[in-house]
Amino acid sequence: MEWFNALLADNRIFTPNTIGFYWEGLVTTTQLVFLSLLVGLVLAVPLAIGRSSRHRWISLPIYVYTYVFRGTPLLIQLYIIYYGVVFFDGIQETFLWPMLREAFYPALIAFTLNTAAYTTEIFRGAIKATARGEIEAARAYGMSQSLMMRRIILPSAFRRALPAYGNEVIFMLHASAIASVVTLMDLTGAARFVYARFYAPFEAFLFAAAIYLCLTFAILFFFRWLEKRLLAHLRPQSG
Amino acid sequence: MLDLHGYGPRLLEGAGVTLQLALLSLILSIVLGLLTASAKMSRSWLLHKVATLYTTVIRGVPDLVLMMLLFFGGQMALNVLTDMIYDRFGVDWYVNLNAFAAGVLTIGFIFGAYMGETFRGAFMAVDDGQIEAGKAYGMSPWLVFRRIRFPLMMRHALPGLSNNWMVLLKTTALVSVIGLTDMVRVAAEASRATHEPFTFLLPVAAVYLLIASVSEWLFVRLQKRYNVGFGEH
Repeated sequence: MEWFNALLADNRIFTPNTIGFYWEGLVTTTQLVFLSLLVGLVLAVPLAIGRSSRHRWISLPIYVYTYVFRGTPLLIQLYIIYYGVVFFDGIQETFLWPMLREAFYPALIAFTLNTAAYTTEIFRGAIKATARGEIEAARAYGMSQSLMMRRIILPSAFRRALPAYGNEVIFMLHASAIASVVTLMDLTGAARFVYARFYAPFEAFLFAAAIYLCLTFAILFFFRWLEKRLLAHLRPQSG
Repeated sequence: MLDLHGYGPRLLEGAGVTLQLALLSLILSIVLGLLTASAKMSRSWLLHKVATLYTTVIRGVPDLVLMMLLFFGGQMALNVLTDMIYDRFGVDWYVNLNAFAAGVLTIGFIFGAYMGETFRGAFMAVDDGQIEAGKAYGMSPWLVFRRIRFPLMMRHALPGLSNNWMVLLKTTALVSVIGLTDMVRVAAEASRATHEPFTFLLPVAAVYLLIASVSEWLFVRLQKRYNVGFGEH
């Protein structure tokens, strides 16, 4: 800790106190992004299967959902949920209210619904791209629809979706910056606070930008590594 | 009927701001994108490095953070500059950074990086033989660009361009945070004042969907135009 204090000794802005703000902001951002991606992913799998269904009464409502959530700004969705949650009748009497009153949960809901919409479309594209021969082979083995989905279509679709999903993860990290608009102290919120307190826009925002850049690269390398492992069978054979 | 509590005209004005902002930033981003793509494909080592740094950094940082950095930081840089002018020349000159101009510059600057990547891929997809044919006809480099390289490149760039435009359109909503009165800001203000968030936010969301749908239609038509001579696509 001593070297850390020595490092920060000669400056006005980056005191251990402000670094603490950034650290807490980083934790909030990570929680928000990780949780919304996780829940969004879980929601997206059945939605993508439904979206690929031949029955219009299943696929059409899902299409409307993804169209609306992908066609409007996340900020609007956040505002609607943040300001609108009060108006659900009786919600103030339920056990959920103390949670929903804070900005974290409305933001989490908005981000989750948003990423679920994008991820659904990514998966649908991947499911649609399944080779016909694989499906025919599964049918020839007498597999049922659900077994074929579980053993043949989904495993290969997940792999095909990987590069696009990596982009979605980065997109979500960047989109999470708007959580600061509804008073959440995420990484951007911390930067705004430091800016307002010291009137130092360059230091405050460049520091946050550098952290975001590092996170982006970490995600990028993780997905490259994952692709290398999981998509090895698609690479041209050498030797 | 929808009761907007007298916010109707301001919402309409806000929609105008959103649309102008989006279109002007689109133009700026296309110009920057073409420059970036040229720099990336140029033989100059320095230009290539600068362009790569630009596209990498911009695409690695959230729009909102960049926007605040350029808006608040830009104001501070301007203040320092005007103070210097005052000290040196005694001219009292104060510039307040206009939120609209800052919005256009920032969004254009951000999306220039995305456009650069789109255009670079599209330029590389153009068949070299076509360009050689142009040169063989004695066309100047500019004429080759205008008549051959650009129209052929657009065919490959349009899907990416359309995608970038849709993201750009939604990004304009963020300018409400740095103080520009676009339709999102009016709607958010009205929601807080009247405690009727749905009355204002849902129509604004519908306007975004409308703009997106109209642009989708336009892009399909453009795609058809640039695909002339390439058969079914």
